[in-house]
Amino acid sequence: MGSFLRNAKVRSIAFQVVVLLATVGLVVWLALNTATNLAARGIAGGFDFLSRSARFPLSQNIIPYDTTDSFAWALFVGLGNTIYASAWIIVAATLLGFAVALGRRGRNPLARTVSTTFVEMARNTPLVVQLLFWYALVTLSLPHPRNALEPLPGVYLTNRGLYLPAPSVSDGAIGVEAPVMGRFNFEGGFDLSPEFVAMLAGLVLYSAAFVAEIIRAGIDSVGVGQWEAARAGGLTERQALRLIVMPQALRVIVPPMISQYINIVKNTTLALVVGYPDLASVVATTINQTGQAVEGVAILMAVFLGLSLMASLLLNWYNRRIMEPRR
Amino acid sequence: MVRAAALTGLIALLAIADAAAADSTLATVRERGRVVCGASQGTVGFAIPDVNGVWQGLDVDTCRAIAAAVLGDRDKAQFVPLTGQQRLTALQTGEIDVLPRTTTWTLLRDGNGINFTIPNFYDYTAFLVRKAEDVRGGADLKGASVCIQTGSTTEIILMDVSRTLGLELRPVIFDSIQATRQAFFAERCDALISDASALASVRASQTKNPDAFAIYPANDEISALTPAVRHGDDQWFDIVKWSFQALLMGEQLGITQENVDDMLTSNDPNIQRFLGVEPGNGKALGLDEAWAYRIIKQVGNYAEVYDRNVGKDSALKIERGPNHLQRNGGLMLPLPFN
Repeated sequence: MGSFLRNAKVRSIAFQVVVLLATVGLVVWLALNTATNLAARGIAGGFDFLSRSARFPLSQNIIPYDTTDSFAWALFVGLGNTIYASAWIIVAATLLGFAVALGRRGRNPLARTVSTTFVEMARNTPLVVQLLFWYALVTLSLPHPRNALEPLPGVYLTNRGLYLPAPSVSDGAIGVEAPVMGRFNFEGGFDLSPEFVAMLAGLVLYSAAFVAEIIRAGIDSVGVGQWEAARAGGLTERQALRLIVMPQALRVIVPPMISQYINIVKNTTLALVVGYPDLASVVATTINQTGQAVEGVAILMAVFLGLSLMASLLLNWYNRRIMEPRR
Repeated sequence: MVRAAALTGLIALLAIADAAAADSTLATVRERGRVVCGASQGTVGFAIPDVNGVWQGLDVDTCRAIAAAVLGDRDKAQFVPLTGQQRLTALQTGEIDVLPRTTTWTLLRDGNGINFTIPNFYDYTAFLVRKAEDVRGGADLKGASVCIQTGSTTEIILMDVSRTLGLELRPVIFDSIQATRQAFFAERCDALISDASALASVRASQTKNPDAFAIYPANDEISALTPAVRHGDDQWFDIVKWSFQALLMGEQLGITQENVDDMLTSNDPNIQRFLGVEPGNGKALGLDEAWAYRIIKQVGNYAEVYDRNVGKDSALKIERGPNHLQRNGGLMLPLPFN
């Protein structure tokens, strides 16, 4: 019996079984206790509320939304806003991050100083503060629509947003619809709200700093001999980077980049502080209107888990594709 | 994610809370020696700490009345600042004992695990606008941007008003009251929509020149701001209800903080009954007989509470209007103390 307990394999299996049982037991106990407490306090459970009319407004939406639509649709619209914002941020942060990484590695002292200062400032201040800063800058420094700046004909810059002429179809003819100042606001045309701009600026700059460091680390991980060999082979610096160094650097870059992209998607939930209606904001409003806190948070967690897993699967597939055979 | 984490935290409380402890709020409060009330994050006139860090306001005094009745001391009240989203969950999970926090009484809220007691303030939804905009009422706001805080019944009213009057209002939505107000003052919006009382508070405390701003009703509905308690404890429900009723009855009977001691020797049977000179009321609620006396002595009657916090003696100067006693044409109805 004693020797049986000292058997490393038996012991490791036994420990794993104990930990597994304890974890499952804890989860079951928490779930049952929650259900009991909810019932004792008369809180109705379930997802029936999803089909009721939402009635609350959303300040902007990519997917069509009306206040007579259901809570389920409102949540879907919020998810649409989250994905739309995340896509813009991921693309912009990657491009900016790449430029900053090259700036930090380059020989130009000005570019190096600017890039380094940017990375340190963006990485070392809280994201919420940055978002509030951009929002205050946009709404406080730009003029009221009545005194709008007009940098180009038909383009208006105000503290209510940027207004652009938009293509329009009237009587079968394609024309241009320019924004026109009404009693309080510009009407018509295409507009970008200060909320969206502040969220975009804050999250892109914050994320670009992390992206830049990931890319810089990736490029630095490629041995200096690779550069020298490329130069000796007659390649220019740019060709050496594109053809020799980056393909090898990507192996180091992609895994941390996966977590960075997932972080960006999750960080969009902070956009509510500057009034952008992402999924978390719609969930919060739904919880307040219906009192279904457990269900609301469960939906939020499930959706973000799903999004993160999807992003992770996609990028892992890409990661496997670019992996060259190891030497 | 911060918000989700906070909510998850509250739900986690629900998961680990001991069901047995929820049995008697009165016993819990007595053992703890404090009544824990949900409060706003700073609404002048209703709940905000003063320069000495002491909470002041109409909602705060509603809570202090309960502390005076149950624990004998108005200062044995503790205030937890809550956002619009947190407040209902905090009450449901037992984080707080009472929620006197400018919360409108609605069916869905009432049906979902909480009980509303008796309205302590009647309010209406209104627009705050700059007088320079030349707006004379809600109907003049066609096409305007309106700043609004999420997590309130106001956002539904805004959309109903916009649809009914064909105003095509453009909501700009924030989760914190500070962000909402800042956006309005930065002229991001033409109007700020909220409860008229909250707007009076903003106008009095956050503008350099209050006269440059006007408040107009958004519709003709009155909302009942009502302290709420959790389901499942009828005794506590009664205590909270009658602690507020004592403020109204004090005003009805003409008993003030000043004259309450003289009133102890009154021959009026209603006053004797109310102040516990003739016993019975305290026993019925599970309290001692001097509970109502202490409320008037330590907090005052409803008129005193109103005038001091939101009425003529305050910066807000909100007319009594629907908050008059019923005999003076208002909606505040004192119920019989026998």
